[in-house]
Amino acid sequence: MITVRTDSIFYWLCLICAALAGLLMLGFFVQLSLSSAATWREFGLGFLFSRDWDPVANHFGALPSIVGTLCTTVIALLIAIPLAFAAALFLVDAPPLIAGVLSHAIDLLAAIPSVIYGMWGLFVLAPIMQAHVQPFMVDVLRLHQLPLLGRYVGEYYNGFGILTAGLILAIMVLPYICAILRDVIRMTPPMLREAAYGIGCTRWETAKDIVLRYGIRGVLGGIFIGLGRALGETMAVLFVIGNLMDMPEDIFSGATTIAATLANNFAEADGLQRSALFALGLVLLLMSFAIQVAAQYYLHATSARRGESRS
Amino acid sequence: MKSKRSITTRKWTDRLVRAFSALAVALAVLTMLWIIGTVIAYGHHALRPSFLINPSRPYGIANGGIANALLGTIAITFGAAAIAVPPALLGGIYLSEYKDNRAITSVLRFSATVMMGMPSVIIGLFVYMIMVVPSGHFSGLAGSVALAIIMYPVIMRSTEDMLGMVPYTLRESALALGMTRTRTTLRIISFAARKGLLTGVLLALARVSGETAPLLFTALFADSWPTNYFGGPTANMPVLITEYATNSPFAEMHQAGWGAALVVMMLVLTINIATRLLFRGQNDGH
Repeated sequence: MITVRTDSIFYWLCLICAALAGLLMLGFFVQLSLSSAATWREFGLGFLFSRDWDPVANHFGALPSIVGTLCTTVIALLIAIPLAFAAALFLVDAPPLIAGVLSHAIDLLAAIPSVIYGMWGLFVLAPIMQAHVQPFMVDVLRLHQLPLLGRYVGEYYNGFGILTAGLILAIMVLPYICAILRDVIRMTPPMLREAAYGIGCTRWETAKDIVLRYGIRGVLGGIFIGLGRALGETMAVLFVIGNLMDMPEDIFSGATTIAATLANNFAEADGLQRSALFALGLVLLLMSFAIQVAAQYYLHATSARRGESRS
Repeated sequence: MKSKRSITTRKWTDRLVRAFSALAVALAVLTMLWIIGTVIAYGHHALRPSFLINPSRPYGIANGGIANALLGTIAITFGAAAIAVPPALLGGIYLSEYKDNRAITSVLRFSATVMMGMPSVIIGLFVYMIMVVPSGHFSGLAGSVALAIIMYPVIMRSTEDMLGMVPYTLRESALALGMTRTRTTLRIISFAARKGLLTGVLLALARVSGETAPLLFTALFADSWPTNYFGGPTANMPVLITEYATNSPFAEMHQAGWGAALVVMMLVLTINIATRLLFRGQNDGH
């Protein structure tokens, strides 16, 4: 009798502990919704599309933060995805010892605390951007005079802003995307790759036409994981984005992201502004949640197979 | 359909891509070394004994250090581990060992995985509302709770993975000997997977010990020794680095910030690399 009771107590204890994960997730939504209620009542959905952020007039809008978040994330992914895919191709085909060492070295990028990325960005990367990279883009390449893309590049620069933040984010998300892509490439049945080599495909053709197509869901999952990381990153962005509550004009302009706005303004805020910050938090939560759900949807099939291959 | 590309073009494209692949790896690894190298180059000047044993002091007062922040970070991180590890292990046991209700298990596994990807700044906001506002003050404990929430799903999922690797025959043998489920799980299965469980916990610990954003909303910072862990702002390394690097124009403070960054980085990387080396083969690489 006693043993049966311990067993059922232990079962319920485990169940409650596991359920805590779900409850916390629910708690985030409930708490942020409650705390931001005043903002939604005051501005409605217009909050999402308003450009103003004026604590004096008590008028708040989320658009600059949302646009800044999306711009930095897009730049980060544009840089990180090709690099991660190329690096993963190299690591899968390299001799095991070299591949192991290099994979761990890339994984270390994910272990470095984000505040150190921020400091490195502030004291090392931003000055280099200002002194070398941005002058090169403007004065030598004359990117701002390009017919269509030119207006997004801009002529004035100071080292900080969206491009610098996007670059740092790219370095930060690279190891996450690369790790998943490595798994995806390894999962392709050897038979498929061998068949492709057999009919005379080069390695690159095999990679793009066979491996990429076979593992496309895993690749998408990996991209979504990277997207989620870039979207919510706070400290590294906070140090280099410039923290301007304005709509960004181009990729050199100072801007802000949702996470950076939260970290930067929360201490001084009260009343409606604090509620507006919680509303921004809710927006970020919803975006992250949607992205994680998408990532899990795409990775689900692959993870089941990965589990098999591991055991 | 694409057709009639000459063999030369195809071969050269292939070479080009392979060169780009090698370049991508080199770029990633070199950037990693560049960042670590920068922190060491700027930070090692600051590492004098007095820097490590004196508490932090406002600008202008000589012989400031980081000892209080270091102690505070250790208190906050171990506090987080004390809060998160036992229930997270039990939660992982549920996901791995009790498969009687697939719907519940998959919903909970799903929420844990989604929670792993939640921005840490959101968790900071959440803990601010549930702990700092009701109690009326920032505290080290609130910082611990925030870090515990970040660790929770990570440990839960790693526990599940590690227990899942224990051969099923071990469970059957134990049960056949007449052990209860509880005893089987705790004494046989968890014992068999102990290295993996420890790896998961240590990696989670390394991950949160450099976490900054949630601490800005919870533990904040103080120039005093972390004696007021339960009742007031508590010094910690990540916020000290942020303060010194961004809110101070003085080279001396930047120097101290680099020193603190070096200490944090060493701490995190040592735990990380040591764990991976000690328990090689037990974890899945990321």
